Amino acid sequence: MEYVLILIAAVFVNNIVLSQFLGICPFLGVSNKVSTSVGMSGAVLFVMTIATLVTYLLYNFILVPMGLDYLRTITFILVIASLVQMVEIILKKVSPALYQALGVFLPLITTNCAILGVAILALGMENASLLKAVFFAIANALGFALALVLFASIREQLELMDIPEGMKGVPINLLVAGLLSLAFLGFTGLA
Amino acid sequence: MAEKMSQKQNFLKGIIKDNPVFVMLLGMCPTLGVTSSGFNGLGMGLATLFVLLMSNIVVSTVKSQIPSKVRIPAFIIIIASFVTIVEMVLEAFIPFLYEQLGIFIPLIVVNCLILGRAEAFASRNNLLSSIVDALGMGIGFTIALTVLGIARELLGNGSIFELKLVSEDASTLILFILPPGAFIALAYLSAAFNKITLKTT
Repeated sequence: MEYVLILIAAVFVNNIVLSQFLGICPFLGVSNKVSTSVGMSGAVLFVMTIATLVTYLLYNFILVPMGLDYLRTITFILVIASLVQMVEIILKKVSPALYQALGVFLPLITTNCAILGVAILALGMENASLLKAVFFAIANALGFALALVLFASIREQLELMDIPEGMKGVPINLLVAGLLSLAFLGFTGLA
Repeated sequence: MAEKMSQKQNFLKGIIKDNPVFVMLLGMCPTLGVTSSGFNGLGMGLATLFVLLMSNIVVSTVKSQIPSKVRIPAFIIIIASFVTIVEMVLEAFIPFLYEQLGIFIPLIVVNCLILGRAEAFASRNNLLSSIVDALGMGIGFTIALTVLGIARELLGNGSIFELKLVSEDASTLILFILPPGAFIALAYLSAAFNKITLKTT
């Protein structure tokens, strides 16, 4: 039951993009086609899960016992950056098909603040455990995917619309994101 | 004189022509996430300005020592060190702001603006130009965040920098303090910014 609550909270109530503002760069950047947004979501799901697993272990079993928890930010970003590189190399070797699908998105993920953000947020959960932290990461990645795919589908439709000159490009996209976020606000109180 | 002129342009480009938020769309997460009041926007802007300035100084100074293959990880470590300094200083001296900004302080590390300037500018230019560039970009970022923060606070709470402008029980557009308001306010601000810059150039 607890896990169901985590899932609903992360996907709908505290959606990582639309209510916590993490990962806005890929949200605005790679959302012009549904197919690319699905690829990006897959890459985020993959990296976010592994990154949270590794950083959680590292923080609780190395940094905290040694009293080095102030090094959290530096350690995490280094781990994430090298993890992304490693995932890229392994995927290339082990599963060329998956690499083809996710390859172009992987380098972009290092600077995706959602990954670092979720890794840090997972440490602050109530009576956290490793399983819970990883589940939290998966749930958040699903929330990211939902927001990204919804937004990309709207943007595909928007291409055909007649938009006033001054609102073209960034402003209209932000406005659409705002309305989407407003819709997600309706989930408040669900979990 | 020509040298002086170009430094002035170098400074001004970060504020208007290449404004990090309105034009280049860099650092959007903190821009949207912390600007529920003018004070928070200003605080985040100044924290980012400090990290940007220090990282540009260090990157520009040691650029010839870093092998180009590992330059990105090296830049990230430099940036992360200064972010840790900001985190500790804020926690010790301005705990109120530390609470308000929360997770967005460690996330200054992944603010694309800072890495972007280190890579695109500081690793190619001399110390003085890099300092001027960081100041211009940092101030442009701070102004954008403060303006957005003030706009949201004014509409959503009826106050500017916690100074109430309407009576206590007046109903305000609470939407602008909530997450959707951030997107909507920034949409109209950037539309207005487009309109102004298109007219002047």
